[in-house]
Amino acid sequence: MKNKSKLVSFNSPTFLAYVLIAPAVIYLLCIVGWPLFETFRLSFTNASIAGEDYVGFENYEKLLASSKFSKIAIRTFVWTFFSVLLKLILGMIGAVLLNASLRGRTIFRILVLPPWVVPIAIGALGWMWVYNGHFGILSGIGIRLGILDGPFSFLAYKQSAFIATMVTDVWVGTPFVTLFFLAGMQAVPKDLYEAAYCDGAGRFRRFYHITLPQITPVIISMSLISAVSTFVSFDIIFIMTEGGPRGATTTLIIDTYKMALGNYKFGRGSARAVMIVLMITTFAIFYFYLLSRINKKVSHG
Amino acid sequence: MDKYSLPLKIFMYFCIVIFFIFILLPFIEMFYASLRPLKHLFRSPYQFYSDDLSFWAYREMWNTVPLLGRYIFNSFFMAVTVTFFTLLFVVPAAYSYARFNFPFKQGSLWVLLAVNMFSGAVLLIPLFKLLRTFDLLNTYFAMIVPGIAFCIPTSIWLLKAYFEKIPVELEEAAYVDGASRIDILTKIIAPLSTPGIVVTAIYAFIQAYAQQFLFAITFNSIREYMPIVSGLTEFIGYQSVKWNEMMAASIVGVFPVLIVFVFLQKYIVEGLTAGAVKN
Repeated sequence: MKNKSKLVSFNSPTFLAYVLIAPAVIYLLCIVGWPLFETFRLSFTNASIAGEDYVGFENYEKLLASSKFSKIAIRTFVWTFFSVLLKLILGMIGAVLLNASLRGRTIFRILVLPPWVVPIAIGALGWMWVYNGHFGILSGIGIRLGILDGPFSFLAYKQSAFIATMVTDVWVGTPFVTLFFLAGMQAVPKDLYEAAYCDGAGRFRRFYHITLPQITPVIISMSLISAVSTFVSFDIIFIMTEGGPRGATTTLIIDTYKMALGNYKFGRGSARAVMIVLMITTFAIFYFYLLSRINKKVSHG
Repeated sequence: MDKYSLPLKIFMYFCIVIFFIFILLPFIEMFYASLRPLKHLFRSPYQFYSDDLSFWAYREMWNTVPLLGRYIFNSFFMAVTVTFFTLLFVVPAAYSYARFNFPFKQGSLWVLLAVNMFSGAVLLIPLFKLLRTFDLLNTYFAMIVPGIAFCIPTSIWLLKAYFEKIPVELEEAAYVDGASRIDILTKIIAPLSTPGIVVTAIYAFIQAYAQQFLFAITFNSIREYMPIVSGLTEFIGYQSVKWNEMMAASIVGVFPVLIVFVFLQKYIVEGLTAGAVKN
């Protein structure tokens, strides 16, 4: 009994607990919290380098009335959706391959990480090279195989630039997804597989009935994390196309950046930034709501 | 368990090759481009093979962009500084989250995750004004100060998972024996959690190195302080783009992270996923 009370007092809420987290919290409040609040405030002004005046909802009214903005928003959602989908599929394939007991898998596990380790800006440069019409390998192979008549610059045309930047984003995100799926697979108890094997379940059935359900939590958290980071992915598009050609790769974050720091229209840029925050938050809430619905169904049925 | 049949084995290796062609393609292209003389790059039709590959670009790039060494140093210096301060903030906070119960604990942990959502790009405008107010624009701090903030949340989650693995009984025993909190932290927790702190440091370093681009192009316009990722644009000249040297410089520029990664990759793979899978 005496021992237990000691335990409780050891873990009890203390002044010390707050002292220890205070520096980190205060720092984040200054560098993230205050700017977030300030973004909201600025979005109701016409702030620029010159100064600022309160303009009410004018920025938002303009934004929601413009067909350009809704186009950009839809484009961002499409870009994000397919990019995340591809990341999850490729990550799953990669994890299955790296999880197999094949010779050389230790090296494979190391080799999969470079796209994540290398700064995105430099990875994007490498891809610009791959996509280059004159000296890129894709165009080169295309010409050799007779698919292309001449040099084809993937970043110079609307549709191909859209897909090309998306593929690069998939490339950046895949290693991380692979790594976490792999870790999830390795945490699945081995005896589950052995029992299923004894019952005569084949490889595919074991994957479908054991692996997939067991790693569902990892899949769910990875899809949310990827979706959010893809939605605000900046470096790739900014370096490879700057949102072009003719706006074909302009996503919300690129549009916000250009408005705010290209044209120094802080107010209108802030309104865009707020829209991004609202969209992400709505998405996350909706996602968790859907999740709890699914969980309920699963546990009841 | 059943063994892989030979056709299945071949099929899997085939898939692995395809997968890694995708993962490594840009690096192979970059390296190959860095070896080719500039005039060969524009040869038409496309040639897979060049007859005179050389490491010439790796020597010439230092002349084309005289500050290249400085840029690489800047990147390294800023990433190290960000890592150092991140740890300073994160170690006590993660320990507190792992060991104590207090009001708003779960809530504040979720808020930390939300910080990641907003990422730098959304908050650039006020950050720009904030840095201007404190006269930090166009200094190292313009890139270091926001860099630390965006490394803190994930680092806390990572390190918290590590601290939670250290049995609390160890601390309780020391506590009963009359050790002070400070003693416990420095003599028991610190040595036991070194691997976790190393992983967190690597994570922070890699992220700090990677995120410099956005902050550099937005908050800094002084050449002497530029990190390598924005310094690379100097290979784009008035007359021509020195592509091969740019690629060579990119490869040399990522050396600091690659070295950190190669030596510590074992810890990264284990450490990053250790906390995540449990939940």
